[in-house]
Amino acid sequence: MTRQPFIVDFLQNDKGGKVFISILLVLMLVVPALNLLVPADSFFHIPTYTVTLLGKYLSYAMLAIALDLVWGYCGILSLGHAAFFALGGYAMGMYLMRQIGDRGVYGNAELPDFMVFLNWTELPWYWQGFDMFWFAMIMVVLVPGLLALVFGWLAFRARVTGVYLSIITQALTYALLLAFFMNELGFGGNNGLTDFKDILGYDLQADTTRASLFFLSALFLIITYFLCRFIITSKLGRVVVAIRDAEDRTRFIGYKVESFKLWIFVLSAMIAGVAGALFVPQVGIINPGEFSPLNSIELVVWVAIGGRATLYGAALGAVIVNYSKSYLTAAFPEIWLFALGGLFLLVTIFMPKGIIGLWNQMRLKLQEKKQLTTENKIE
Amino acid sequence: MSGLDNIREMMRRDKVFDFVEQKRLPFTGRRVVIPGEIDATHGPILYLENISVSFDGFKALNDLTLYINDGELRCIIGPNGAGKTTMMDVITGKTRPDSGSAYFGQTMDLTRMSEYEIAHAGIGRKFQKPTIFPQHTIFENLELAMAADKHVWPTLFAKINAEQYERINEVANTIGLTDLLYETAAQLSHGQKQWLEIGMLLMQNPRVLLVDEPVAGMTHQEMDKTAELLKSLAGKHSVVVVEHDMDFVRSIASTVTVLHEGSVLAEGTMDEVQNNPKVIEVYLGE
Ligand SMILES: Nc1ncnc2c1ncn2[C@@H]1O[C@H](COP(=O)(O)OP(=O)(O)OP(=O)(O)O)[C@@H](O)[C@H]1O
Ligand SMILES: [Mg+2]
Repeated sequence: MTRQPFIVDFLQNDKGGKVFISILLVLMLVVPALNLLVPADSFFHIPTYTVTLLGKYLSYAMLAIALDLVWGYCGILSLGHAAFFALGGYAMGMYLMRQIGDRGVYGNAELPDFMVFLNWTELPWYWQGFDMFWFAMIMVVLVPGLLALVFGWLAFRARVTGVYLSIITQALTYALLLAFFMNELGFGGNNGLTDFKDILGYDLQADTTRASLFFLSALFLIITYFLCRFIITSKLGRVVVAIRDAEDRTRFIGYKVESFKLWIFVLSAMIAGVAGALFVPQVGIINPGEFSPLNSIELVVWVAIGGRATLYGAALGAVIVNYSKSYLTAAFPEIWLFALGGLFLLVTIFMPKGIIGLWNQMRLKLQEKKQLTTENKIE
Repeated sequence: MSGLDNIREMMRRDKVFDFVEQKRLPFTGRRVVIPGEIDATHGPILYLENISVSFDGFKALNDLTLYINDGELRCIIGPNGAGKTTMMDVITGKTRPDSGSAYFGQTMDLTRMSEYEIAHAGIGRKFQKPTIFPQHTIFENLELAMAADKHVWPTLFAKINAEQYERINEVANTIGLTDLLYETAAQLSHGQKQWLEIGMLLMQNPRVLLVDEPVAGMTHQEMDKTAELLKSLAGKHSVVVVEHDMDFVRSIASTVTVLHEGSVLAEGTMDEVQNNPKVIEVYLGE
């Protein structure tokens, strides 16, 4: 058992991961280049609209990986994970709101427009500090992390598992949805936070900013992958899978199961928060709709379709489903939900391990066939 | 306080060390459990006294009193539903008794420790239905069970050292799974799973092994090997074996305790027990 540098170590037996990282690296460099350097009338030009759309998919992919970590590996079916994504998004949105300064409709340098509209005269305490980028970025991970910590501590300690856990996570995101709809809460009510102008002084509408945000989304997705891969190939990762497969056994060999669940749940919430923070400047808005229980369920469908417990499968699922969604909602808006439901049914019945699982199965079959034919030839 | 109460207070097993003043946690007053500090100087390592457990009014354990001596190999037999598994659940913290006390050595109150604390303190358990980690390899199953710091952060950065690697191979050899070390456990036969679970117990290096029906699904040959293994463990460890197979129980010949309807019916050598009229009645009456 020799030790190797860790990058080598955990990409070595990870063919899918190698492909995944390679694709991301290529996208990360090529997409911004084709957008910024190639003239707009060229065949190879990628319009800014597409760059942003791809960036959005990548932030969804990151969210899907976060869910895969808790669901695919630890067996915790969270049906409220979009809440952590939305909270990260709101933290970023608050920073972007403060960046508007006196360029709002009411020209108030301190207060965002919606607060002036509510006749507020002072910035609420929980908006303090969000004018500083570093502070907002800490909140992006801290707020979802803390919520996950408190929620998880209560739920896991009480040994809430299975369907019951899924239901209370749905309740969590639903409660947040209702709360964020209230104007008095101070997060812009049902309009949410929008009309952002710039980030760190860069114009959000500029092509260069958009391309940079895409670049960062790809970069963070790669970092997330490496982080998650490090975790699941560690002994902790094996404990987490052990909890999924035989929780009691894990407990009786001396692991405090609750702590492990909590740790992985909090980490996952933090990743989801970062994904939300990458999402918001690219789509230009965050509103309570992101807390909608349906979002969390859709997220589960992405992971199921891509394939659980592979990480890149979740990312793949997120991109495929959202691409189809962009296409279908434009072409046939009424059928999207049915299509999604149908897709989910088909996948759970016919390919329980998702696209990645199907792919692996096919490869195995091909290999067997090859072996058979070579054996026949020998005979 | 009456004189009797005073005496009781002095006799309380958990207070044997009162003069050292045990450390207690704030608020709950729970004793701090320090693994390794097991006091079996009075003979028994497990004390179960007047334990009752009921499920919806049905008494699975009924005023059960049982002592297991340090280093002994004890067999527990009894008809289906006698409460054997429930007894193990109580010892390992899975089920809390309605009344009665369960002590590990003189000092550790098992009824107030959680499952992982009990495991750390040195009680390992094999389930009746073999329970292993099917998606993990044999090696990983053993690795996970291995005695180590099992807190979250140390687990994240844990690396196997040469000594531990040796130990895993040694145990794999003992349980006859060396050739399958890097296969997933799901592929094992029923008997092999039983062995793997026993191997996982060994990796924990516990003071007490509770082994629930270890030879179910094993061939005669495998049974003999298991008997050898369990016998070799006694002395260094205390081993409690629950088993229905009488030949097997006889082959590891030791003290046998018969449970019936949640309490001890008889105790003694295999011959004594088999000739006990109450035992005969229970088994023939079935
Ligand atoms: N969680 C539970 N809820 C309800 N009843 C239970 C529970 N666990 C055990 N019982 C009942 O308690 C009784 C004792 O069960 P236990 O499993 O301890 O028996 P056992 O001696 O191990 O039997 P076997 O030889 O069949 O394994 C049985 O009648 C069983 O149905
Ligand atoms: Mg039983």
